[in-house]
Amino acid sequence: MTPEQAGFDPVTLWTVIAGLAVGSFALRFVFIGLVGDRPMPDWLLRHLRYTAVAILPALVTPLVVWPKATGGALDLPRLLAALVTVGVGLATKNVLAAIFAGAATLYGLLYLL
Amino acid sequence: MAFSTTNSYYWKGFRDGAPFMLVAGPFGMLFGVLATEAGLKLTETLVLTATVFAGAAQLTALQLMQENAPTFIVLASALAVNLRLAMYSASLTPFLGGAPMWQRAFAAYLTVDQSYACSIVRFETEPDLTIPQRMGYFLGTVTPVATAWYSFTLIGALLGARIPESWALDFALPIAFLAMVTPMLRTSAHVVAALVSITVALLAAGLPYNLGLMVAGLAGMIAGARMELVLRKKGLWT
Repeated sequence: MTPEQAGFDPVTLWTVIAGLAVGSFALRFVFIGLVGDRPMPDWLLRHLRYTAVAILPALVTPLVVWPKATGGALDLPRLLAALVTVGVGLATKNVLAAIFAGAATLYGLLYLL
Repeated sequence: MAFSTTNSYYWKGFRDGAPFMLVAGPFGMLFGVLATEAGLKLTETLVLTATVFAGAAQLTALQLMQENAPTFIVLASALAVNLRLAMYSASLTPFLGGAPMWQRAFAAYLTVDQSYACSIVRFETEPDLTIPQRMGYFLGTVTPVATAWYSFTLIGALLGARIPESWALDFALPIAFLAMVTPMLRTSAHVVAALVSITVALLAAGLPYNLGLMVAGLAGMIAGARMELVLRKKGLWT
């Protein structure tokens, strides 16, 4: 790999770092620190329950279907690696097993194809 | 006496949290490597990882910055990934809400997937624990995880650019996230949320400013919550 000269504009980067740091703390602190023992509305908790399973797939899907490494063309090793990761994750409920299975599929197919 | 039982709950937590070093270590290393490859300096990577202390959000921000998304979108999307931490905070509040403010602030910072998952199980199965015992346990669970996270981020950042392109690290993030998400698909409401999110992410991929992520995430959350209500009405929610 050629050494990256560019990186990010420092102002942008530090804005992101500061915003993320403050925002993440606020999200963690809002209930335990501010709400204390008061009850919270059901509808809010009901939506928060699905954040991880909604946001992370939304982030990953375009990366799987249109990978940047292939210039956005559908890529068989990457697609199958993603499917194997999901399959093993569902079958074993084990994060590490899923990661290793997905990585093995990706490397195996990249080597073979 | 009170101190010694608090202490013993710290070590119980430590033992329960220790296996998660196997997840936090590689994940931290991945972040360190990708951050360095994206052009972040060592201090920038370490400050980010120490202040934000949430791997998925950090990787999301990194990914979107590399796609040149506007700063507002980077922040909104990464914080959306962290909305689940607000849910953890809400869920821990009945158990830790009576602790002194400085301890609650400290616990807030240390709320991550692993410390939450261990603690909520322990607190629910042992309802008679005192608040100091709960705090001790919580702190115990996160100690090995945080140690692994910080030190492996550093190692990854130092290795950084030395990792060759043939390792296809571009795909490490999708694999890591998919592996994290699939064990969370416990109910059909979770499955519906994920499927709606995937579908909308594909349909909305053309939206400007990477807004597709936010739209798909919100659609998935609403779909999951709706499905939960349907299941509750039918008496199928457990």
